[in-house]
Amino acid sequence: MSKYILPILFVALFIYTWYKKVNVYKTFIDGAKGAFSLCLDILPYIITILVAVALFRASGLADLLIKLLSPIFNLLGIPNEVCELVLLRPFTGSGSFALLSNIYTTYGVDTYISRCASCILGSSETLFYVTTVYLSKTSIKKLGFAIPIGILASIFGAVISCLVCKFI
Amino acid sequence: MSKVWFFMILASITLLIFKGPEIVISQMLSASADGVALCIDLLGIYCVWLGMLEILDKSGLSEKLARLLSPLIKWLFKSDNLEANKYISINMASNILGLGNAATPSGIKAMQKLDDGSGKASFAAIMLLVINSCSIQILPTTVIGLRESAGSQSSTDIILPTIISCLLTCVFAVTLVFLFSKIKRRKK
Repeated sequence: MSKYILPILFVALFIYTWYKKVNVYKTFIDGAKGAFSLCLDILPYIITILVAVALFRASGLADLLIKLLSPIFNLLGIPNEVCELVLLRPFTGSGSFALLSNIYTTYGVDTYISRCASCILGSSETLFYVTTVYLSKTSIKKLGFAIPIGILASIFGAVISCLVCKFI
Repeated sequence: MSKVWFFMILASITLLIFKGPEIVISQMLSASADGVALCIDLLGIYCVWLGMLEILDKSGLSEKLARLLSPLIKWLFKSDNLEANKYISINMASNILGLGNAATPSGIKAMQKLDDGSGKASFAAIMLLVINSCSIQILPTTVIGLRESAGSQSSTDIILPTIISCLLTCVFAVTLVFLFSKIKRRKK
């Protein structure tokens, strides 16, 4: 069912635009032209965050943090097996998806742990990546309380995911 | 953000001096190569989505969408900036449809419109970031795909828990933003 939504929306959009006497072909090209400068602008930001994440994981600092935080996470109802995922999720999208496949093969895809991990991944975002990229074209340097709230929310999301997966 | 990054890099490299100084540079360079590859992937993806975005814009539909969502946006973001609201509504719509990569260009554009040049994030900018970091979506397509390829018996049974957890997280995060901004105003 859901696979029809987007194609139908696209057709509707094209017909509506054509009806409004806008040149769809030219407009698409005009928009697509912006992609190059956008990518050039966000490239340094993406590399900066990826370098930090690579060093963070390679140095063992990530593992250390997981060891430190897992008792607290356990208290909140987050099982040990998904702690690494909760911690890495705000930093790297591809990294956490790799971790998720790993969890599937280790614990079996239909187990509580795997369902829990899927739910955590589906209900959270790469906070630091999103922040860096979204602000890349602005003057904003002072973020106020955005980052702490984002971190709190992603931990809250993990707790809720673990809870909900127990019942559904 | 710059503080988080600084401490991450500093602590990691200091640790690596003891654990494996030879991998510092190779790790940094391979990460940057990954970044370039990612950007080239994104270039194609953004071409498509920015093209669609422009069509949405020129057809006048994005303005209609913004008007439709304006009660919600005004309440959530406290923003009267029509240009910004337009991109915010596209950003939220693409997030809900599960199109994270389409949400990014409109999110960046919305941020530009919300930027007042003072270097400080406004209430609306913080709200947009926080909402984007809790990923409201009806279909976690990537996760379902992964589960299917891992041989799951019922790959879609995580949809309901994911939606529940998304919604609760979002409500929690939005409440926190309102709460924090109130505390901050009282301090002043």
